[in-house]
Amino acid sequence: MIKVVFFAALREQLDCSELSLSSEGIATIADLKAQLANKNEQWQQVFANGALLSAVNHDMVTSEQPIKSGDEVAFFPPVTGG
Amino acid sequence: MMTENTYPEISIQTADFSLADEVALLEQDNAIDGAVVTFTGRVRNKNEGKDVTSLTLEHYPGMTEKSLAKIICQAKERWRLGRVKVIHRVGELFIGDQIVFVGVTSKHRQDAFAANEFIMDYLKVQAPFWKKENTNQGEHWLDAKSSDEHKAAKW
Repeated sequence: MIKVVFFAALREQLDCSELSLSSEGIATIADLKAQLANKNEQWQQVFANGALLSAVNHDMVTSEQPIKSGDEVAFFPPVTGG
Repeated sequence: MMTENTYPEISIQTADFSLADEVALLEQDNAIDGAVVTFTGRVRNKNEGKDVTSLTLEHYPGMTEKSLAKIICQAKERWRLGRVKVIHRVGELFIGDQIVFVGVTSKHRQDAFAANEFIMDYLKVQAPFWKKENTNQGEHWLDAKSSDEHKAAKW
């Protein structure tokens, strides 16, 4: 299983903060994004945003990053702290 | 299991902090560093023409600490630093409230000035914090500024 978490505006748009899904057929962040976008129109729209950032196990990564079962993947908008 | 002391140089907290106390900790039993540079970020009353009433700060527990620890390590690779402390508040903050503190000591001022600015510039673009602004015209999530990306890229 892959744990997926969402933050800030993204969490609100999806009305979801966390979910788990099978790692079957998912090799990279791009694969996971495509699968999530497939859920419905709303999710498709949200994941079409090219500015979204992603992290695997608390490290920022690109779409090509390989992922595997047991990983924690996060999607979130560009950060605005400080 | 992550304990409170996993990252002694980093604190993510809802509570306020005291600049005087933080400076005292940076200076205590520290005779070798002649320079102490601190930065404090506060909530402004106006942003992009709107009257701000408060901010709500969200973060990604775990990743926040890890990303700040990485930024501090990078700063230590580049400059000769003594002590470093980074505090970032989360939750609801009001006008004039302190949001962020970066304190750095070194033997001489150049290293402390540069490292402090470097840590702030990188925190702005890499640490997973998000601000929701509550204004007289409603609430909204702040957009990241490209000027912040440029500042971090110049290092």
